[in-house]
Amino acid sequence: MSERLTLPIGPQHPLLKEPIHFRFTLDGETIVDADIRMGYNHRGIEKAAEERTYIQDLYMIERICGICSHTHATNFVQAVEKILNVEVPPRAKFLRTVVGELERIHSHLLWLGVAGHEIGFDTLFMVSWRDREIVMDLLEIITGNRVNYGMNTFGGVRKDMNQEEIDETLKGIKILEERTLYYEKVAREESTFIARVSGVGYLPKDIAIAYCAVGPTARGSGVNYDVRRDFPYAAYDQIPFQVITSERGDVLGRTLVRVGEIFESVKIIKYALKNLPEGPITARVPRKVPQGEATSRYEAPRGECIHYVRANGSEKPDRVKVRAPTMANLMSIRHCLLNQQVADIPIIIAAIDPCLSCTDRLILLKQAGEKEGEILTWEELRRRSIAKKPL
Amino acid sequence: MNELLFVLQLLIFPGFLFLVIYAIFAEWLDRKLYARMQNRVGPPYWQPLADLIKLFSKEVIVPRSAGYYLYTLLPYFAFASVVTAFFFIPVWSPQALYSYQGDLVIVAYLLTIPTLVLSLSGWNSATAYSILGGIRCLTQLFAYEVPFFLALLTPALLLGTWNISEISQNLPSFLFAHPFYFIPVILAFIVGIIALQGKLERKPFDIPDAETELVAGPFTEYSGRLLAIFRLSLDMEMVVGASLLSAVFLGGAQSFLGIPGFIAYLIKTLIVIFILAYIKAAVARIRIDQMISFGWKILAPLSLLGMLLVVLFQKGGIL
Repeated sequence: MSERLTLPIGPQHPLLKEPIHFRFTLDGETIVDADIRMGYNHRGIEKAAEERTYIQDLYMIERICGICSHTHATNFVQAVEKILNVEVPPRAKFLRTVVGELERIHSHLLWLGVAGHEIGFDTLFMVSWRDREIVMDLLEIITGNRVNYGMNTFGGVRKDMNQEEIDETLKGIKILEERTLYYEKVAREESTFIARVSGVGYLPKDIAIAYCAVGPTARGSGVNYDVRRDFPYAAYDQIPFQVITSERGDVLGRTLVRVGEIFESVKIIKYALKNLPEGPITARVPRKVPQGEATSRYEAPRGECIHYVRANGSEKPDRVKVRAPTMANLMSIRHCLLNQQVADIPIIIAAIDPCLSCTDRLILLKQAGEKEGEILTWEELRRRSIAKKPL
Repeated sequence: MNELLFVLQLLIFPGFLFLVIYAIFAEWLDRKLYARMQNRVGPPYWQPLADLIKLFSKEVIVPRSAGYYLYTLLPYFAFASVVTAFFFIPVWSPQALYSYQGDLVIVAYLLTIPTLVLSLSGWNSATAYSILGGIRCLTQLFAYEVPFFLALLTPALLLGTWNISEISQNLPSFLFAHPFYFIPVILAFIVGIIALQGKLERKPFDIPDAETELVAGPFTEYSGRLLAIFRLSLDMEMVVGASLLSAVFLGGAQSFLGIPGFIAYLIKTLIVIFILAYIKAAVARIRIDQMISFGWKILAPLSLLGMLLVVLFQKGGIL
């Protein structure tokens, strides 16, 4: 077929859980070009953060993402604590770690299900999401909520864990460990699964580094980098764990990294709960945040997440900047997609575990030769917004 | 009087009405089994009927890019061909409603028409998803069609008849008399089941309507009554396919007449539907290139091996 077909995917398509637009140029079933357009999900979260107090921001920023909510909350809290120069008590650090790792298990199980669905393996999807309920229940036991945990506060955590909750958690993650062993077996042995992910979406190590890929996407290509080990936060400097990498570079490599990380998370949680230090769970925090700025890094389930906070001495932050891991990984997708089959589009896109609502920020598109931006008055802006556009 | 009885048989039992009801039941059973295998609750028994009623009451939208008459007529072609195929399969007695030498070939060809119609409707809808779905439909046809035919022809070669009713009557007694022939027949049955899974476009061969890539493939633009007809004909194709396999390989309604024969028919087709649902739950969707190489490198040689064994056994005098 010499004529090339353009296949648009998104912003509304069964493949996508969140709006993003892909435009593929196809030669038969092979992708020769891919174009990614974002910007359907801009929520103005950074601007909103500037108009609320720190404590309000904490709960709003937790809602950036429904899956890595603890990631964003902890990250923001860490940045503010840096400005405040507060030392968090060790018990609070351990509790943050426990919730963070439970969240990682929950996110990776969710990903496994989504990946199964994208390659038409719905049984894997159903079964892994059933087991994910165990983590959700554990998180509810520990924090009181299934999704947005509200665990963090400035200077520590809001809620302590008693012995009963610790026992319950250890029991729950034991079941999870057994189930994960089974999933690892599926990922390594089920022939149709391997046929669909092995060799698909190959991302070489140098390209992964060049496009600044993070998290399991980078580690699946052999980039040995993990914020938890390289720039430890919370209690990661006191807990032994391994960074899982794979040299495969394809979707199977990323799958194996994620499944391996579930095992590591289970180990971390076990260690943290057995060596939970005694003491208070919050430190005293000054009421006012002094002038200053800080960045904080956090290894979210999807990769490195960065928060930047600038304080001007008032009760509201001057600037909050969130760089979600999907933003970093999205750049590498195009390389993975080229010369692949149409059938591999879903799994390649899903392999970075995209979370677009976390990622989307305001994008200003400039035509070539366009003049500098103009400043509009409120009346002018209103007039333009209600003026009828010719179709 | 005889003519009236014949018309009733055609329209009600074991003809058209029975097929529709059994198809709706089979869809429910398939979905329920699939759900239970995935640890889900699954739909209530009236769900497929409710779906159909809902679809029939919805508006039909014809895309501007599609040819109107072809677009609206194609679903009925699929429907008609599947219903016609059903008349040749024995349901409640060893003898089918219609039968003559060579009806095996007729049924096999009639069961090809829905696939061709699907592909054509995808092309005719003229949107990116449906065209890709249509291409994949046809590409896939080449992978499973030959193994499916060869598998069906193995028992025919064995018994020297191309009549479905005669095959279903004679195969079991023949096999028990000459147990060596179990090997090629079981081989052909396995190939037949896998090829039928491809014919019905179910996992792992649901490549033409892979939801996460092509939305609904050839169906993408179809809506309302036309979509209902399409869905019903695919359900009926599943029943006809299962009945065909049970008639050719499992003895169908066997030598019973009336109720016992009908029960034997039901049990055998349900077994086939259960196997189909089990395959659907156990695997991931494969790619079209993997499907073609699977069809030609594994399925076709296996079915040829079955026929070769039959010929060798017959020439070797193991009778």
